[in-house]
Amino acid sequence: MDFGLAGQYVLNGLMLGVIYAMVAVGFTLFFGVLDVIKFSHGDVVMVGAFVALATFLGLQDLGVGSSIALILAVCVTALAATAVLGALIARFLVLPLRGSPPLNTLLITLMLGLALREAVRLFYPNGSNPKPFPALLPTDAWSLGNFTLRADSLILLAMGITAIVGVHMLINRTRMGLAIRAVAQDPETARVMGVNFERVVMFTFALGSALAALAGVTNGLYYNEINFGMGLLLGVIGFSAAVVGGLGNIYGAILGGFLFAALQTIGAIWFAVPAYKDVFAFAAVILLMAWKPTGLIAEKSAERV
Amino acid sequence: MSGRAKTSIAVALGILGITAFTLLFLELEAQWAIAVLAVATVVALTAFRLTGAAARLGAAGAAHPRGALGIALGMVLVVAAALHESHFALLMLATVALYATACLGLTLQFGHAGIVNFAGAAFFGIGCYTTAVLAAHTPIPHLLVIVLAGMAAALVGSILILPILRTRGHYAALITIAFGILFKTFLEVNDTLGGPQGLKVPAMNLFGWSFNEPIRIGADFEGSFYLNYVFLAVALAAVAYVMVVRLEKSWMGLAFDAVRLDETAAAAFGIDVARWKILAFTLGNLLAGMAGGVYAMMTGFIAPTNFTFGDSLIMVSIVILGGLGNALGVIPAALLLLVLPEKLQMIQEYRFLIYALLVIAVLLFRPQGLLPRRMRTYFVRNAST
Repeated sequence: MDFGLAGQYVLNGLMLGVIYAMVAVGFTLFFGVLDVIKFSHGDVVMVGAFVALATFLGLQDLGVGSSIALILAVCVTALAATAVLGALIARFLVLPLRGSPPLNTLLITLMLGLALREAVRLFYPNGSNPKPFPALLPTDAWSLGNFTLRADSLILLAMGITAIVGVHMLINRTRMGLAIRAVAQDPETARVMGVNFERVVMFTFALGSALAALAGVTNGLYYNEINFGMGLLLGVIGFSAAVVGGLGNIYGAILGGFLFAALQTIGAIWFAVPAYKDVFAFAAVILLMAWKPTGLIAEKSAERV
Repeated sequence: MSGRAKTSIAVALGILGITAFTLLFLELEAQWAIAVLAVATVVALTAFRLTGAAARLGAAGAAHPRGALGIALGMVLVVAAALHESHFALLMLATVALYATACLGLTLQFGHAGIVNFAGAAFFGIGCYTTAVLAAHTPIPHLLVIVLAGMAAALVGSILILPILRTRGHYAALITIAFGILFKTFLEVNDTLGGPQGLKVPAMNLFGWSFNEPIRIGADFEGSFYLNYVFLAVALAAVAYVMVVRLEKSWMGLAFDAVRLDETAAAAFGIDVARWKILAFTLGNLLAGMAGGVYAMMTGFIAPTNFTFGDSLIMVSIVILGGLGNALGVIPAALLLLVLPEKLQMIQEYRFLIYALLVIAVLLFRPQGLLPRRMRTYFVRNAST
């Protein structure tokens, strides 16, 4: 394999890795504050992408031409819509089930994911077909042998990394972040110290879901196509990435996201039939879990006996 | 009226009501008739419950498990005989029995030993594909093929045992989810197993008696060939049901519950946690695989789209809706979830959405399911009189 092709694979892998990491960070945030898995997360990614598309079509009808204004408006609406959706999910589905077995939360959000998926398929105009996603970013490209560097890929990569770093800063440097970390460490003590528990949980869910919308928009811009079923696989991959990295740990989620992308890329190169890449990646995940049952960066808390 | 007479009336009404409901539910086609049936069922159930007849029926059933099973099989026989000419209703009846069998396996894993399995459809599918390959390419007798299909599912499941034993909770859930998706993707890209087009499966042939021939008794009774499969499927479901219930009542069931409720405490009391988890997981997959084997022969054609993650979720919904851990609840839940969308064509398109919302509502408002699992009651043979 020549150098250019290898570079292309690495770039594509990085791109996938950023998308997966954004989804995985959401999973890990929710697990951090409430010890729950919100499985509808992948479908929130999909809802974000569809909201973005609908906003774009609406603005286009209104005659907004400037692409900077367009992309800003699209991102802001998508992020706001999923943030509200995430907070609502936390308030009405996840918090009421706090006392019941953790499995029930997993199930209720799994079912919510199915409901979101079906709702988009049935109620979005012609929702069962894949939708073309507009190319909002500049499409300049520079070629060097087999290696093509596209401007939009670079922008998306930078945007994704900025978003993840931003979330990290928010959690580690702000007052709200301090409250989130306090709730993650010990909800009871955090309450005693005057932290508004429900508000912190809802804010965390809103934050994670907004990041999911960004992942959805990035996915749409990168592949130029979205469909109602894209959330299922993205959700499972994000969940795998968060679990393989170690739940509750933001670095683990990022590591897991890039690791999964690397596994898929290796699988695609290795097998003659590239479709085996998912089989390879998921088999590797199962093996990794057998080797490190609580993820690569294990949870810090000792097991209660 | 004496307690005994009241119980007899309750049992007689219960048998009549359930048989009539099943028969009408499978047979009715017109939308208004189904709506009337739904209203009548809700009214009848409420009356049954308010008058205390439901409690009496339940107690009578619990006191005479063998008699209850015999009566239940008799009711299926009556329903099947009444529907003997309608192919579609019989196909639905057999499908319900097979899904119930697979879900009984999940009940064992999930409700008793506490191993979450989100790949139920995958193990069902392993049974289907094993049957397709063995029945088409080997001379192995078909009844043995079904058993081998179950064993294949259990064997493939044993690959997952190590990761499942080492992980817990959400980490364990990921393993079965990953396996379910891996399985379907693998089938889609694998050309030797038909790829996305699927495989044809030969019909069941039992010692020269082909299941795809109509049943003839005397000169004037001719039944649909699906009757054969209904008998086979119901027999399989009955065996699975008896096995699960006996296991639950035995000391092994107590060990399963201990493992589910608190692994650490169970281990401290000398229960080998790994051993019981392996047993429950393997037995559950065996049941799912065998049910899949019969299903493949009955439909004659299988494709990867029958075994998606969504199908696994339907199985999990059946188990939760019926009442987690309650083997009896699986049967009405399977009947409702599988037949209802076929009956109401207007909701056919919306069925996944409606299931999802239904399960969400059940989890929020009645987390114990439609028929909650009861405490074991030993030594209560005469309590109903």
